[in-house]
Amino acid sequence: MSGEAIAFYVLAAVTLGSGVVVVTSPNVVHSAVALVPTFLGVTGIYVLLSAEFVAVIQVLIYAGAITVLILFVIMLTEGGTGIRARQRNEQGAIGAAVAAAMAGLLIAVAVRTPWARLPGTLPTYTPGAIGQSFLGPNLLVFEGTSVVLLVSLVGAIVIARKEE
Amino acid sequence: MPALTHYLVLSALLFCLGLFAVVTRRNGVAILMGIELMLNAANVNLVAFNKFAAPGAMQGQVFALIVITLAACEAAVGLALVLAAYRSLETVYVDEINVMKW
Repeated sequence: MSGEAIAFYVLAAVTLGSGVVVVTSPNVVHSAVALVPTFLGVTGIYVLLSAEFVAVIQVLIYAGAITVLILFVIMLTEGGTGIRARQRNEQGAIGAAVAAAMAGLLIAVAVRTPWARLPGTLPTYTPGAIGQSFLGPNLLVFEGTSVVLLVSLVGAIVIARKEE
Repeated sequence: MPALTHYLVLSALLFCLGLFAVVTRRNGVAILMGIELMLNAANVNLVAFNKFAAPGAMQGQVFALIVITLAACEAAVGLALVLAAYRSLETVYVDEINVMKW
């Protein structure tokens, strides 16, 4: 077993193990904190896939910003964090069956499909290639995303503002 | 050496964990956490296909970055909605939120 395979299995175990904690923990704060190792495991997967720039952005935005945002909202809505409060609805069995069926379907598709491989190699310095792509063929997507960011910023402020 | 299938199976399992959280959690914040897990699974897929299926193009990584940006937007707006619902209805449990207007 090569080092890369060992790294993959360790990172997958970290990701899925803390993902199970996120999904099943009766305490919402534990769920939010368990998101951090999940995101860091996915970061390691990105590094294994030689996507270093995406890995750095993942640490900054997911592990840094979104987790802190979630913890702030848990703090501000303290009526929802009581450990005695029931955190699951009545559909646990149906939900588990649906999720397991979905997992089986997706894994069957992933294993059975003969994935084609196009010619070409990854550039050795991917951040530069990503920058060229964003300001070249993907310029419209880049600009559209920036408009969506602005709109969601304004929308979040308007929605969360206290009524006068 | 892990192949494309390994990454796809990992992302399928992560996606279904997120799906389970979305359909069974009562707390709106926990549902948003499930959505974040599902978006992460989609990103793993995009980057894995970038490396294994079309290594010459950067589209997979570029779209993973865009998905991360839109996930940040979605988290901000979604958590603002949870906060607004908590202010007016004093609950974050989505099965108790059953009015459209207060």
